Amino acid sequence: MMIQVQDLQKVFQIHQARSGLSGAFRDLFNRNYKTVKAVDGLTFSVEEGEMFALIGENGAGKSTTIKMLTGILNPTAGEIRINGLVPYKEREKYVNSIGVVFGQRSQLWWDLSPMESFRLLRRVYQVDETEGVKWLDRLIEELDMQSFLNQPVRKLSLGQRMRCEIAASLIHKPKLLFLDEPTVGLDVLVKQKIREFLRNLNETEHTTVLLTTHDVSDIEALCKRVIVMDKGQLIFDGLLAELKERWGSDTEVTFHLKKRTTTDDVRQVLGDLPCEITQDNEITVKLKFKHEMLPYVLSTIMSAFEVSDVKVQETSTEEIVRNIYSTPSEVVSHA
Amino acid sequence: MLKLYAELIRIRFLTMLAYRVNYYSGIIIYAINIGAYYFLWGSIYADNTTLAGMTLTQMTSYVAIAWMSRAFYFNNIDNEIGMEVREGKVAVEMLRPYNYLSVKAAQALGEGIFRFAFFAIPGLILIRLFIDFPFPSTFSAWGLYLISLLCGFVINTQINLLTGVLTFFFMRNEGLIFAKRMIVDLLAGVIVPISFFPGWAQSVLGYLPFQAINYYPSMIFAGVIQADKALQVILIQLVWIVVLFLPITWLWRKARHNLVVQGG
Repeated sequence: MMIQVQDLQKVFQIHQARSGLSGAFRDLFNRNYKTVKAVDGLTFSVEEGEMFALIGENGAGKSTTIKMLTGILNPTAGEIRINGLVPYKEREKYVNSIGVVFGQRSQLWWDLSPMESFRLLRRVYQVDETEGVKWLDRLIEELDMQSFLNQPVRKLSLGQRMRCEIAASLIHKPKLLFLDEPTVGLDVLVKQKIREFLRNLNETEHTTVLLTTHDVSDIEALCKRVIVMDKGQLIFDGLLAELKERWGSDTEVTFHLKKRTTTDDVRQVLGDLPCEITQDNEITVKLKFKHEMLPYVLSTIMSAFEVSDVKVQETSTEEIVRNIYSTPSEVVSHA
Repeated sequence: MLKLYAELIRIRFLTMLAYRVNYYSGIIIYAINIGAYYFLWGSIYADNTTLAGMTLTQMTSYVAIAWMSRAFYFNNIDNEIGMEVREGKVAVEMLRPYNYLSVKAAQALGEGIFRFAFFAIPGLILIRLFIDFPFPSTFSAWGLYLISLLCGFVINTQINLLTGVLTFFFMRNEGLIFAKRMIVDLLAGVIVPISFFPGWAQSVLGYLPFQAINYYPSMIFAGVIQADKALQVILIQLVWIVVLFLPITWLWRKARHNLVVQGG
């Protein structure tokens, strides 16, 4: 087991400023604090070599969770064990085995070139010189960074910088990689390049990857498993496919037929299959049904009618996430 | 690990070079300060041969060397720590397998070496062209001065670390940092030698670490503190270095526990 998290909890005391001048004056002597549970009883575990996503709205507690998992913050209660170490207790030893990318925060040195930063990071992590250079060469090639390696970081574009950030987080070949919103603000091409790289890394080096993101296409491209957080609590833990099934809307298929057809005709052919049939016009019929029935519906309709065109519309994960948020938070966790 | 610190010192050296304008303007500011104090003390002494046990010659060399020592030991790591805490950059530092404060100290040393080589030494030679003051006559006096100066650097860095770490608790402490800078300049004897302070203030200052930063090394340079007294003074500095480790370690442990990362 790579990551084991048990009843993790983080409570913050947030200073509440009183309003007005007299309030400010009172604040000088006596401050009001509000207790906020940012993470509340989180339990999950992750196997080695897994790629999984942690999703949730802003303020759901994702970032706090990541900061506790990476040893930056001390948990208020609960246990974390990663790679057999307790992050906040054995921080210096622990961080040698992980890589972290914060999308909003740079770990490169603003005034130095990426190459200088990598050099310094190799020293920081005490990486063996020849092996480190070989590994870095591979990172440079796979992330396509040759052209801007010697410019100061402050002159790089966001896409270039993000590729450097990822390379920097991997300089010591960590077994576990945390990515906190790595693709925020990047264009499609760079996103694709980064995803491809991560998939390849996971396949060849068995790096475990934990991703938080708002971009659903990231999850679809990379992760099988998804953990959903809301208000500091875990509301779903399972496969992406399961998540889709649970919260996904039905699959919608539009058939353009060659002859006039009514909904009754279609209903007759399909029998008592649970599905919603609507008619757009005389020759267009829309069917909504559970995704797993797709092959059956297609073959039945195709053999019964003369079809000129078919459009299949699957629910996106975006919609699923929206669905989860709109339902009141009930705990439906299951591993 | 040593390689890492060597690398950090080298990098800081390079970044200092990248900000050359800062460096040139610094030289001008120091030159103005030294010049102003030179003429000020000249008129204060007027017809007196000695004041508070110092001759005018000793005083001028004290002023010149006190500012040049400051050019070496002064650094901004308290501000840097403050900024990194306020902007949440300290999160990234916590992800690295090193002790944050040791790294800050190494960076301070990198800056110190730069300032010593490109600031203090050329500055000293330059001032010597305009103001006539005697250099220490023996090698041992030079050696004692340099050892004492290095100790002063360490103590100043420790005080900076302390003020910097306080940001972890107050979040905003630019005011405190600014006040600290003034207090250190005054109580370390950069502005007025400690022997000019009233008697009660001198005895209070005897229990504080500030005069170990600048007053001691500069007095050794000016020849007011002689050889065996100098060894005694260096011993006091070493004691302060050891003593100051305690609050730093304690505060740092508390800070790590209370850490709140700003933003995101």
